[in-house]
Amino acid sequence: MLSLLRGKREPIHDFPGGIHPPENKARSTAAPIRPGPLPHELVLPLNMHVGAPARPVVALDETVLKGQLIAESQGRISAPVHAPTSGRITAIEDRPVQHPSGMTVTCIVLEPDGREAWAELEYRPDWAATDPAALLEQVRHSGLAGLGGAGFPTAVKADPGEDTRIEQLIINAAECEPYITADDRLMRERSPGIIRGIRMLAHLLRPDEILVGIEDNKPEAIQALRSAAEGTDIEIRVVPTRYPSGGEKQLIQLLTGKEVPAGDLPARVGVICQNVATAYGIYRYLEHGEPLLSRITTVTGDAVSHPGNYEVLVGTPVKDLLACAGLDADRLGKLVTGGPMMGFTLPEPAAPVVKTSTCLIASTPEELPEPPPEQPCIRCGACAEVCPANLLPQQLYWYAKNDEFERAQQHNLMDCIECGACAYVCPSHIPLVQYYQYAKGEIRNQEAETAKADRARQRFEARQERIERQKAEKEARRRERREAQRRKQEAAPSGDDGTRSDAAVQASATSAGGGSAASGGSDGSGSGNGDDESRADERARRMKQLKVTYNKANKQWKQAQAAFNKAQRDGADNLDQLSANVDKLRTRADEARAELDALVQEAKTDVEAATGRDLKTLKKEATDAELAARRKAKEVQAAREAGATEQAQSLEREHEQLRQDADDKAAWLKRVMEEQGMKEDE
Amino acid sequence: MTILTAIIALLALAAVFGALLGYASEKLKVEGDPVVDQIDAILPQTQCGQCGHPGCRPYAEAIAAGEEHNKCPPGGEQTIQELSDLLGRDFLPLDEEHGEEDVKRVAYIREDECIGCTKCIQACPVDAIIGAAQKMHTVIEDECTGCDLCVEPCPVDCIDMVPVEETLESWHRERPPGVGGRPETYIPVENLA
Repeated sequence: MLSLLRGKREPIHDFPGGIHPPENKARSTAAPIRPGPLPHELVLPLNMHVGAPARPVVALDETVLKGQLIAESQGRISAPVHAPTSGRITAIEDRPVQHPSGMTVTCIVLEPDGREAWAELEYRPDWAATDPAALLEQVRHSGLAGLGGAGFPTAVKADPGEDTRIEQLIINAAECEPYITADDRLMRERSPGIIRGIRMLAHLLRPDEILVGIEDNKPEAIQALRSAAEGTDIEIRVVPTRYPSGGEKQLIQLLTGKEVPAGDLPARVGVICQNVATAYGIYRYLEHGEPLLSRITTVTGDAVSHPGNYEVLVGTPVKDLLACAGLDADRLGKLVTGGPMMGFTLPEPAAPVVKTSTCLIASTPEELPEPPPEQPCIRCGACAEVCPANLLPQQLYWYAKNDEFERAQQHNLMDCIECGACAYVCPSHIPLVQYYQYAKGEIRNQEAETAKADRARQRFEARQERIERQKAEKEARRRERREAQRRKQEAAPSGDDGTRSDAAVQASATSAGGGSAASGGSDGSGSGNGDDESRADERARRMKQLKVTYNKANKQWKQAQAAFNKAQRDGADNLDQLSANVDKLRTRADEARAELDALVQEAKTDVEAATGRDLKTLKKEATDAELAARRKAKEVQAAREAGATEQAQSLEREHEQLRQDADDKAAWLKRVMEEQGMKEDE
Repeated sequence: MTILTAIIALLALAAVFGALLGYASEKLKVEGDPVVDQIDAILPQTQCGQCGHPGCRPYAEAIAAGEEHNKCPPGGEQTIQELSDLLGRDFLPLDEEHGEEDVKRVAYIREDECIGCTKCIQACPVDAIIGAAQKMHTVIEDECTGCDLCVEPCPVDCIDMVPVEETLESWHRERPPGVGGRPETYIPVENLA
């Protein structure tokens, strides 16, 4: 019978391993696809696909129409989200989703209004005449993401890059996992649409061959596809039923004999694989303008009275869908999502059906009992025989169990597709896949940590380098300034005001250059000789000392005074002593102050002797020059604003002269004071 | 005569190989110290200074020079184990003097309280704090190594070290309990004797 169905025998290759678990498909294939419920709220997670989560583009309380964009894709690997029906946005918040951890994810919550009012849709009936690149851009907005369960954004997958030649486009209709019949029913009922979708994909990818891989346990679907594909170049290839023939890499190997390299994508060997429901989604989008709003999900298990396939709006809470299928809550044991082999127990029935939800199994405790306790591995090797990826599951098990992740990686743990065939045949009931998932997660986290550490190292080193560089630059600038000052001093004439003595200039040059003061040459005219120099230094040191002494004494005196005042208020006994203390400190502070004043006076006299003017005059001159320069600057500004360019230019020149003069005078004043061991505040 | 031939032959060989080795040591000289690089690659790069060195690289150099390899609390036992494997030294328990192994944390600035003093920016060894004088500062969470160095300089104490929360990306299944790891599945045994 089967060979009759196959018609001519195409060459079918093989993949290693595989198992034949009980199919349990019959009860959900009996009834045609039924519409799912319209729940009182739809919960739409922003990360229903692989890649960056979508970004909401609607506000709270906004009314949206069916098919309207409510979250746009972010980045290249991402997919948008559309409103599955018309209604009001009631919340954008964290809600539990279908994930084994039971964690929450940001979701858009939509309250349907029941009107089913459509937004304006963009049709693309002329797709066959459209440039593939433009068409691909269109598909990006469809919200389609691998409906077979992986959720990889369809547009990204359909864009292998300019220089990649696609030899085979494979449509995955194998649906090898037990219980699931969503694709089977879809093919039986909507084959023409699927075939049109496949042709659209072929238009995008321009492959040499188009192959549809389907397991031989779906004769009606095969028949339907065959008749729909009549007269096209689409080949329907029937493969024997064996789990996991629907795994992407396994199906590619079955149909083409090509093996996808470890850690690489099928496009590397010239193959693109898309799920059959995804092809149908593309057809709905391009010919009817409908983005991905609903999907066909199998609801089965002994705890529901109407098992079958439901066309469910994306975002429908699982509990609403189960109620629609007639759930008997008393009989419910485990609630499994995604199939018995690769799925997981759903921790939270309020979680929504998403784009990747292929199947829900509401099982009774007898149907899917708790797994028996784990026993020691007896090294029977049954797991290695069934592994479809040609790995050594028991070796990986030992490594994962003992946290030897590096060795596990050497044994290609990352190529494990987590199909569960090894755990299924394990006579010791070892939850092998869970061990691998644990090890993979640890490895991924460690890799993330290493990447972060590398980044931290780079940032740390860059920072160190920057600090060093800034320090060097600062040092270079300082040196340059000193050098420039020295040169200017050497080159400067003995003074436009005629009063600056050569000796003073020379002496200041030496001190500014950081040289020893004693070596400052003097050629006679008087005041700035070496003796003076050392006297000034001595004075500067003494002044500093005195200043410290004075400050200290003054502070102590103030403290003593405060203590004395407090004692007086409190009526303490040792007033005399305190009072004596205050006086003593007061005297000390006064003495220091007096000596300091005397020194400052002496320094001022010396300044006068050296320059022929007293310090006050010098300070006044410097201030006057500065003021003149600033006034001139204002004039320049005014002239510029008035538009008198020539006048401004001549003023500018004057200003420059004045500014130079002022700077010179200020620098000179500073130097003279430094020479005499004074700081500006004295 | 035979012995002379043998000696000459050996000497000639020694000269040839000596020259070869000498040439190789010049020509194939390795720049830098590869051991330090390897140690540095194992250290967690928090740059926290808990080991007493100003960063991970200096500590890597110190370890290569013979310092004990158990002074890195952020790395914990795993780092010590890896260093022991690399250096062929014995495993040492973590030196408590330098701190204890803790959960991963990142700095968080309570932004209302930040006065914009830039002190934490200067303290951060990996430039993971952004802000300017008189402006609010904030931590780039992804780049923060959790080194703690910004907490001390903050004059208004507005920096908290918060534990890193698990995300959907970092979550993974736990290791199964193993053989006999599920006491609820034990079969009760009654001793009749």
